[in-house]
Amino acid sequence: MGHGEMTVEEVKKHVRKYYVVFGALLGLTIVTVAISYLHLPIFQAVLLAMAVASMKGGLVAAYFMHLMDEKKIIYSLLWLTVILFGFCMLIPLFTLHGPQTTY
Amino acid sequence: MSALIPYIDEPHPVTGVTNAKLGMWLFLASEVMLFGALFSTLIIMRTSATDWPAHGSDVLNVPLATLNTVFLITSSVTIVLSWAALKMKDLKKFKFNMGLTILLSFGFLVIKYIEYTSKFHHGHFPSTSTFYAVYFTLTGLHGLHVIGGIITNLYLIGPGSKMWEKEPERFTGRIECAGLYWHFVDLVWIFLFPALYLL
Amino acid sequence: MSHDSHNHSHGHDHSHGGHELPFWRKYIFSTDHKVIGLQYGITAVFFLLFGFSLMLLMRWQLAFPKQAIPLIGKLFTEDGVLSPELYNQFGAMHGTIMVFLGVVPLAVGAFGNYLVPLQVGAHDMAFPKLNMMSYWVYFVGGIVMLLSFMTPTGAAASGWTSYPPLSVVNGPGEGFWGGLFTGQSMWLLGMVFLITSSLLGSVNTIVTAIQLRVKGLSFMRWPVLVWAQVTTAFLLLLAFPPLEAAGIMQLMDRVGGTSFFMPSGLVVSGEAWKASGGGNPILWQHLFWFLAHPEVYVLILPAVGIVGEIIAVNTKKPLYGYKTLVYSMLFLGFMSFIVWAHHMFMTGMGVTMSTFFQATTMIISVPSVIILTTYLLTLWGASIRYTVPMLFATAFLPMFAIGGLTGLPLGLTASDIHLHDTYYVIGHFHYVVAPGTLFALMAGVYHWYPKISGRFMSDTLGKIHFWLSVIAINGVFMPMFFMGMAGVSRRLYDQTVYAHGLAAQPLNVIMSVSAWILAIAQLPFLYNMATSWKWGKKAESNNPWGATTLEWAASSPPPHENFTTPVEVYRAPYEYSSNKKLLPQFVQEA
Repeated sequence: MGHGEMTVEEVKKHVRKYYVVFGALLGLTIVTVAISYLHLPIFQAVLLAMAVASMKGGLVAAYFMHLMDEKKIIYSLLWLTVILFGFCMLIPLFTLHGPQTTY
Repeated sequence: MSALIPYIDEPHPVTGVTNAKLGMWLFLASEVMLFGALFSTLIIMRTSATDWPAHGSDVLNVPLATLNTVFLITSSVTIVLSWAALKMKDLKKFKFNMGLTILLSFGFLVIKYIEYTSKFHHGHFPSTSTFYAVYFTLTGLHGLHVIGGIITNLYLIGPGSKMWEKEPERFTGRIECAGLYWHFVDLVWIFLFPALYLL
Repeated sequence: MSHDSHNHSHGHDHSHGGHELPFWRKYIFSTDHKVIGLQYGITAVFFLLFGFSLMLLMRWQLAFPKQAIPLIGKLFTEDGVLSPELYNQFGAMHGTIMVFLGVVPLAVGAFGNYLVPLQVGAHDMAFPKLNMMSYWVYFVGGIVMLLSFMTPTGAAASGWTSYPPLSVVNGPGEGFWGGLFTGQSMWLLGMVFLITSSLLGSVNTIVTAIQLRVKGLSFMRWPVLVWAQVTTAFLLLLAFPPLEAAGIMQLMDRVGGTSFFMPSGLVVSGEAWKASGGGNPILWQHLFWFLAHPEVYVLILPAVGIVGEIIAVNTKKPLYGYKTLVYSMLFLGFMSFIVWAHHMFMTGMGVTMSTFFQATTMIISVPSVIILTTYLLTLWGASIRYTVPMLFATAFLPMFAIGGLTGLPLGLTASDIHLHDTYYVIGHFHYVVAPGTLFALMAGVYHWYPKISGRFMSDTLGKIHFWLSVIAINGVFMPMFFMGMAGVSRRLYDQTVYAHGLAAQPLNVIMSVSAWILAIAQLPFLYNMATSWKWGKKAESNNPWGATTLEWAASSPPPHENFTTPVEVYRAPYEYSSNKKLLPQFVQEA
């Protein structure tokens, strides 16, 4: 479905979805702040915080940025970016914290 | 000249997107790498530090930052609503929602200003420790993106909106792109907020 | 110099533009991709000559250490001897200017801007105003870099790689503004401009190539140059931002007193470094090489594209294995993102990761070899027409091969330990970039000159330029391999203070003399470029070489909106017609 030929009814349906997502985002914000007051051990805290952030980010990307329903070319571009971002983040981490065997 | 460049207001039959939309996504891909590198820096510095100098939840103002998160999320909703308003051919509603977006983003900056000045007041500068260095650099760069968004949105609600009369499709496309950018700024904050303030 | 011929071509404009644009809109703040391409080209050639001149001066010090530079030495220092401080500044700025202000803007900014819209049959770039902005941001970045020579402590002097902690402690200034107005800070600021410019340019190139294709031009009908430019644009788009981030952080370290790259307990000139510490200098290397390795392919891919076009035209044969070539380029582009730490084998990253990078480095040599092989197989059995561009293009092949093959010992950890940071490295990458990319770019200038100006460059001068250059350039870079294997380190001001350096010193004299001959060899080229614009032999037709791609369907020079009559593409770029003649893409077979 291209956004170009959307009817008023369809747009209204979208708008209702935006409000639902808005509610979910506010809820998740409260959740993530609440978790931080629990003072969990650092590993669990990082895991939970990033999981909630990813959910929020996913909602924004999927609904507000319309990635739920986008063209193939945009998906290809974003996959490429995600993979390269993964390299950029993980490889330096491995080189700094990976096995330090030297001969 | 513009008449000779196709696909500025209608999607390309093969790719299915307009020039501007493809261009905007390419730009955002580049931005992902920019913030991604800084985010990696935060992770690398934190994991390789023997003694991480400060924890955001102890030294930063979490309630204010939470309010800021709410501001940005709300502004993300209003900007997508302004786009939907144009889809329903309602310029007035567009201006209302876009105006709200701009107000909320100013609110974000005001709170950011309060946070910064209180930090400076207490003698906390980027040079204080690696934590503050990362904090100020990441939020500062994010703040610059917010300012960039405000300028764009001010143009689009003001002189830029004249385009609506002659080229409504193209103008709607512009708002969609401005929205994509703004959602990205929101998205960055969604990750920065827990990483800097809550952990 | 472009004014006259453009005025002639402007007859076509009136149907679209309505009225003649004033001079400053037409040639200075122009949105026409061809004018912007030429602006990029002229600016880049200026920077190439400037960066080359820096090296010519350094070469005197290397050949005749601590002797006064004759005639012009007094301009730089009181006794005419190039001081160690100036030597370091010239070295760092030579690398920076050549790569970021010279070769990339010429290969990507000039050739990409001029040719991509023409080759896909577009009337202009997808975002003409953005295109103009991209040039002017580059221009400002260049000016900032040049101004850095005027700062109290001189220009950046920590090598083009700007490794901290040296680059952070080098020539610091007092306070915020004092810190900003220093060579290294200006370098970082200039880089931010250049990165922004290349971001704008690459978005534009990709959108233009994908969205503005004419009817019939499917992806697999793109000329190789378009493929090369699009791949390059992706590399610039996604690899540059991490360096921008790193640049911002190093700038913070220099002017804001932060410690992103400054470890704890650092002692500088006997005093403890005044900063919080806790940073990680290796992090800079990661972020820098995350850009700078793809940057190598940014330098080479447009050259590969140019050479492909020229070989196809002058062998009058379809390019051998066009699809293989395309996939190789794409694979090369992707792989270039995961080989960067082979520049960092000496940082103690451990055997596991260095083995990983050793493996990816060996893998990336495969597509490079495939590309070279397809070109060699295109030459096989062809009746080759040796025009001047073809001479340069064929010379590119062995030169690039030498550059590539000498890279293998550097990608293997065991041999890299010995060769790391010696002249061998300098020889290796200069073979790729100087007789490699620059030869291809020169070939491109000779080849597309008739399209840009409507006139040919002189053949005789071109041949003089070629033969002198090809001999001299090997005289410059071939001895570097031997010097590197003899153990001479790359950034030495005066290697004769070491016994092994003194033994290799005669090589330095050979290199320096060759470099000066190489400089003289460029004079006929510059003269040729300038004079042929007005007095060169006229190109009779739109397609004097018998080329097959779309730019040759436009008149020479192409009018403001490129194509006066609608064009369409009927076949892949390098294909025979039924009577075994190479037929242009845009001609329908009768």
